This record gives sequence, C-alpha cells and structure tokens, in this order.
Amino acid sequence: MKHLDEFRDPALARALVERLKRITTRPWTVMEVCGGQTHSILRHGIDQVLPEGLTLLHGPGCPVCVTPLETIDRAVAIAMQPGVILASFGDMLRVPGSHGSLLEARSRGADVRMVYSPLEAVTLARANPDREVVFLAIGFETTAPGNAMAASEAIDARLTNYSQLVSHVLVPPAMAAILDDEHVRVDAFLAAGHVCTITGWRLYEPISARYGVPIVVTGFEPVDILDGFMHAVELLEAGSPKVANRYGRAVQADGNPIAQAVIDRMYEVCGRKWRGIGVIPQSGLKLRPAYAAWDAEQKFDVGDITPQEPAECIAGQVLQGRLKPADCPAFGTKCTPQTPLGATMVSSEGACAAWYRYGRKSAT
Amino acid sequence: MCLAIPGRITERYADGDLPMARIDYSGAVATACLSYTPEAQVGDYVLVHAGFALQVLDEAEAAASLRELTRLSALMEADDEGGAGA
Repeated sequence: MKHLDEFRDPALARALVERLKRITTRPWTVMEVCGGQTHSILRHGIDQVLPEGLTLLHGPGCPVCVTPLETIDRAVAIAMQPGVILASFGDMLRVPGSHGSLLEARSRGADVRMVYSPLEAVTLARANPDREVVFLAIGFETTAPGNAMAASEAIDARLTNYSQLVSHVLVPPAMAAILDDEHVRVDAFLAAGHVCTITGWRLYEPISARYGVPIVVTGFEPVDILDGFMHAVELLEAGSPKVANRYGRAVQADGNPIAQAVIDRMYEVCGRKWRGIGVIPQSGLKLRPAYAAWDAEQKFDVGDITPQEPAECIAGQVLQGRLKPADCPAFGTKCTPQTPLGATMVSSEGACAAWYRYGRKSAT
Repeated sequence: MCLAIPGRITERYADGDLPMARIDYSGAVATACLSYTPEAQVGDYVLVHAGFALQVLDEAEAAASLRELTRLSALMEADDEGGAGA
C-alpha cells in the first residue's frame, strides 16, 4: 500500500539506525507516547537495534488501558439492564472489570455489540426504536471526531433511545503529568502522529517550551519511528528543545479544524481519572450539559460503583514509564493475553501485551 | 486504538447528510465518512480511523520525506565505502 510500503524500506531503516549510533554521544531517555508506536517498535525489533545510550520508555497512549475500572463496571451494569444494547470498539469489550468484562456480560445475557465505526451504534438505535442503545465512547483525540459526529447525528435527529457513556482522554495533559512526575525522567517525546492529525503539532509548543523537551511528531512505520528517534536525539544533542513534525504527509500545524469544531460543539474538557495513574486535571472530554439527556451516566441509575483493582497488577506503573512489563511477577505467568489481570495486557497496544507477543522477557 | 490506515478513494456518495466514500486498501474495500475531509476527491489517499477519514495524505510531503531519507541513506553508504577504503 502506498504511504506504508515506502516507509518500511529496510535500506532506509538501516541507514537511520547507523546514523542514530553515530550521533548519540550521551545517554538519553525518549518516551513514545502512543501504544500503536509501542507495538510497532516491538514488532519490528527497533528496541533491539537502538544505540546503547538511548533508553526507551513506553507511554500511556493506549485509551483502552487508561479507561478507569469504574467506567467498565458502569458499562457492564448498564449492559445488564433490560432492553439495553451496549456497543463499543472490540478491544474495549475484553477489558476485565471488577466483575467481568463486557464480553462476559454478554455470556450472562446482556446484548453487547462490537462496532468498527461509532456511526454503527446510531444506525442500531434507528433500527431498534424499542431498545436503548448505549455507546461506550472512549479514545484519544484521534477517535473523538468520530464519536462526536455520532453524538451529533443522534442528537440532531432527537434520537431519544441513543446515549453515550463518554470516557475520552486527551494526550497533552498526560505528557505534562509525566514530565511533572519526579520518579520518571523523560528527555524527549515521540508525539502520537494520529492524535496530531486532529490537534495539529503547534499544540505541543507550550509543553516543549515549558519543560525544555524536544517533541517529535512521528508516524507509525519502522522508518517513520527511526526517523523520529533520530530527530529527537539530534535536537537533544544540539540542546534545542522544540517541536519537530516528521509526519508531514499526515500532520499539519493546526490539525483538522472541522473535526476540532465538531468535538467542541458536542464535548467539553473535564478532569478525568486515568486507570492506574489517577485524576489528571483538564485531561478528558465529556458531553456538554445541554446534551445531558444523551449522557448514559445520567440516564441510567446503576447505583454506586465500587471498583476492585487486582492488587498485584502494576499497569499504572507501566503506563507512567516507572516500571517495565517484565518487572511484574505475574507477567507471562498469571497474567497473559488469555488471562489478563490488567488492561495493558488486554489491548493489543498495551505495553504488557506487546512485550508478551514479541517475546521481550527483560528490560531492553 | 489510534490505528489509522491509508486508503485510496474510489467513489464518493452520500448517506443521508453525510458525505461518504468507498476506500480501496490494496484490494480490500470499505467505506468511510468524509465529513472531516470534504475536499477529498476520487484518487486521493486518505488516512482512515474508525470509519472516518481524518486527513487527505499530502503526496508532496510524502515524496519530500522519502527524498530526504534516500539522500541520508546514500550519504551513510558513501561514508561506509570511504571508511572501508581508508
């Protein structure tokens, strides 16, 4: 496929690896924010060819992983109500809640559907006027435009049997929270390329300036990622903390203003709890109060939710770059993709699942 | 989760008030909503995530990136040969 194959060229990748080795003169720690990039790094073995002084940290950029347990428990409780169809993205259905996942709820009789596009849940509501369709709307800025458009379609059509359980998260506040964390040292970030297609790269300039860290907007193919690391190290070695856009084919300075406008019309910024990390101010999106009638959290009274996290799961430490997956005694033994203790082992983009799948057993 | 895949628009159509497109991903065909890329035309490559085209891919930028990378690769090779002969 055009725009993919060229950026998988082994000759270009080799040249970038070689150049990285030559320009890295000091130890640096670079965090890739996005779970998709974590997956790509491990799949292509990029972590194993980087220069010795370059330490990689995996970031919190897996929306499935950071969706709070309360939200999953609430979704399960709503799904168990009579007449409800609960719809969400595939990965979300497998995340274990305190009392099982949404898929397990389905085996107990709940009507749980997997959708690829959020518009499919609106179609479901139109086709089932006697049922309540609840869409569990999660994701980063990449997914927010689609979920906001689905909300807009349903609300503009006054579709009263449709609602959203919204647990959206925003990337820049999480990056700032990591930079504020005294337990973690991050010298530079690879910024998530697909998030930036919507937000644009200029959004990162205040963080880069405030903390003095280079932020390199990076794509997802191996050549993109190596190019991202190369530019991050170049900026670090030159003592030049600024934002560089290395995903120019997809990312513009101001992102996608049409998508930003629809997100802003439907959602407002709020504090949000990140699973394993805690509440990060101004790091989430929720439906605007004018649309309360379409807010599943207000529409369905399921009583108090008291989530119970598995005590031995260290996902929160992994998501913040404090520990590696293999630091966990349960990794690969009690906790596997088939029997996950936490969300980082469930989502294919979670760091634990990626380490397990590509056979990383110890810190690299 | 934020996976987005490039595909080529083969046909534009409307679904109610939503502009839609058929997208070819190297032979596999699926549909996507063009509300966020209304300028996209048949033949354009768009980046699609969860049924929405998020951006039209910029061919000139892609070509420029590849030219820059190819130049770097050639430089590295020339350096290697120079090194071997020295």
